[in-house]
Amino acid sequence: MIRIGIDVGGTNTDAVVMDGTQVIAGVKAATTPDVMTGVVNALRDVLAASGMDAGKVDVVMIGTTHFTNAVVQRRDLAQTAAVRLGLPATASLPPMVDWPEDLKRAIGGHTYLAHGGNEFDGRVISPLDEAELLGIAADIAAKRINTVAISSVFSPVSSDFEKQAGEIFARALPGAHITLSHEIGRIGLLERENAAIMNACLRDLSAHVIEAFRKAIAETGIGGKFFLTQNDGTLMDAAFAEKFPVLTFASGPTNSMRGAAFLSGVKDAIVVDIGGTTSDVGSLQKGFPRQATVAVEVGGVRTNFRMPDVFSIGLGGGSHVVETAQGITVGPTSVGYRIITEALIFGGKTLTTSDVVVAAGRYDLGDRSRVGHITPDFIARTQTRIMQMLEDCVERSRLSPEPLPVIVVGGGSILVDGPIGGLEVVKPNHFAVANAVGAAIAQVSGEIDRVYALAEISRDAALADAKERATEAAVAAGARRDSIEIVDVEDVPLAYLPGNATRVRVKAVGELHVA
Amino acid sequence: MKILRTIKAEDMEDIATGGAILGTGGGGDPYIGKLMAQEAIRKHGPVNLIDIDELADDALVVPVAMMGAPTVMTEKLPQGDELINAFRALEQLLGRKIDAVLCGEAGGVNSTTPFVVAAMTGLPLVDGDGMGRAYPELQMVTFTMHGVSATPMVLCDDKGNSLVLNTVSNAWTERLARAATVEMGGSALLAFYSMTGAVAKKAIVRGTLTLCAQLGETLRQAKASHVDPVNAVVDKLGARVIFHGRVKDIDRRTVGGFARGSARFDGVEEWKGHTFKLDFQNEFLMAERDGEILVTTPDLITVLEAESGRPVTADALRYGLRLIALALPSNPQWQNPAGIALVGPRYFGYDVDYRNYFEA
Repeated sequence: MIRIGIDVGGTNTDAVVMDGTQVIAGVKAATTPDVMTGVVNALRDVLAASGMDAGKVDVVMIGTTHFTNAVVQRRDLAQTAAVRLGLPATASLPPMVDWPEDLKRAIGGHTYLAHGGNEFDGRVISPLDEAELLGIAADIAAKRINTVAISSVFSPVSSDFEKQAGEIFARALPGAHITLSHEIGRIGLLERENAAIMNACLRDLSAHVIEAFRKAIAETGIGGKFFLTQNDGTLMDAAFAEKFPVLTFASGPTNSMRGAAFLSGVKDAIVVDIGGTTSDVGSLQKGFPRQATVAVEVGGVRTNFRMPDVFSIGLGGGSHVVETAQGITVGPTSVGYRIITEALIFGGKTLTTSDVVVAAGRYDLGDRSRVGHITPDFIARTQTRIMQMLEDCVERSRLSPEPLPVIVVGGGSILVDGPIGGLEVVKPNHFAVANAVGAAIAQVSGEIDRVYALAEISRDAALADAKERATEAAVAAGARRDSIEIVDVEDVPLAYLPGNATRVRVKAVGELHVA
Repeated sequence: MKILRTIKAEDMEDIATGGAILGTGGGGDPYIGKLMAQEAIRKHGPVNLIDIDELADDALVVPVAMMGAPTVMTEKLPQGDELINAFRALEQLLGRKIDAVLCGEAGGVNSTTPFVVAAMTGLPLVDGDGMGRAYPELQMVTFTMHGVSATPMVLCDDKGNSLVLNTVSNAWTERLARAATVEMGGSALLAFYSMTGAVAKKAIVRGTLTLCAQLGETLRQAKASHVDPVNAVVDKLGARVIFHGRVKDIDRRTVGGFARGSARFDGVEEWKGHTFKLDFQNEFLMAERDGEILVTTPDLITVLEAESGRPVTADALRYGLRLIALALPSNPQWQNPAGIALVGPRYFGYDVDYRNYFEA
């Protein structure tokens, strides 16, 4: 099987071609403002470098931080209406109550509270009021808002009100994007609603970006299917991703960690992914990224997604290096993708970490003669500062005193030379494109969402049955049976149905079966 | 009146974190309570925390609280006026002005609900509570052991319904209020246990809101200075680590106005090969390791995230999470036959006598 993995980051678009479990070629191209040109360039380069015929490619997997970055940087976000069904309950804490002010402003802060919602046992808090919703729809239309997030109290128990309200808004606002919270999240109104609102404000962007991916792939003559990777490292098809862009959050760190594990063969390690502007640090346990435990914030907003436990520092290949009275500072500001014009070695005027590495003679990049004036003392002090920053974050990621290796990946890996904090450093082959490798080896999942009557079957038997079905669904989706792991189990009692009814959701994931 | 400390909106972060630790897995989502308190403080001004000795013996003190199933509270947020309505209605019923607000339960959401009323009324808030932790039922307060009646009590829901209860015992208050809470949709807000300053000086567990703030601060500082946060909490509370493991199964349902169930864990690292089980009725009531009962109420059982030391509620337990369980000593007020009868393992239906984990 021939797979292409692509990672579309803020600075670079990387691509790899894999034949089975072999990496044939990997390339880096600059990310372009239209996304598409960068993807086309990366695809053409990687096909040329691998000598692969585009027609032979079976599947393309894309990981992208584009949607996360849009939220974090508050750009390209659509004006969004957040409608919550639950009055008179919930009025004390309206939608977006815990959002950072600047993000709320970026999407307009349009919130509406309406009647509806269910009690825990399915009883109605108050009936849906169609006239009220039509009034809200008229206000939304008057404000020319084209995307709506709908949340209803206890919608994971009963989704009827969200669906009905969705239909009312779809009729009243033709062409509007409608996001229903029960399709994205679990119990926990604010977190689920937050995810739905973030999804809604990304729908215009996702339509544009997914179309760019589709066109880029078509333009290079690749006929195979294409997928996007989700936050838990599994695949979703393009149409689904377009509807649920929020599910791509944190897929970047997941891909880089899984790519690092795959390329190095090391299963327990700390992974440092050094990009142009930031370094992400996380840890691998048995080849999987360690998951964050409680609520995870994205761009300052609380969610309850399954995500890897990663933190970032402002250190990358484009980080500014500045001498101050207190000594040398590195980052957090960076030239980012403008490194190819602004760094000294490329004829620019800004001193970056990459310039210092080239001046030290540790890496051949750009024009070394332009950094000949940097003194050995300055080089040494900059390198000491960089290593201190890396040591600090690696130390934070360590859970036990055992000497785990540190796998260093990403384009900015050239900054690292020698052990970090006494820990062995592993720089695998193709380290610069580990993210794209992680996307190429993304897992497939099988999900089951079923109601069991626990009056007729024991809870243990119901869970075992659901796990079995999820496993079979994963196998049917292409997973290798011996690699399957159950990653999520949730049961929600549905007290309004007879027979002790319980909704069981199970997700199984496994490695894609590669011939 | 001497003010211990003035609590501003940003101070609620530490209090909610500490409240979640003393919440022993239950007590309702402190995140929701924190947001409600912050909204109230931003709108009405900061809250003055005072020592109980600042109050006159004939002062009137009233605790407020939220009751119900924590799962419901994370989903069906309050309407917003329930607490102040219950408080004002009780004041009218008592026929005299209330002088100070008290915390009923310094764990979970109820470590923060009194701040909402204190901010809205401008009354001082007493530094202390009726449990020194969280418990699932409303008669489980030190006030009961000092003969304070829970009623007259006012119970309000999100729809605008309110109920006045007059009962023959605090156990009956729990039964009737619980039934009403279930009908109200699984959560309700209330004002109860009105008492004089003189009684409160004997009946409360002192200093627990300050303890919540200090616990939150301990975690925040541990994080800032890269000290092991779990150890920092252990040191601060004289706690002991009883397990480190991965959640293997959670059986959780909303029954009779409570979140009931159990969570099973498989050990990791130093506990590899061992199993662990937590039973909960809103709060963690009993911990079993390798099939043997290890800790029961009134000793506290709390669960923290290993890396950050952040407390994890029974409601937030999810398949696959790696967590550390701690046992914490209870307030001495519970360490007598009356206290054990009120909150010990036999009350919750376990056929086992209470054994103080820290004396075993």
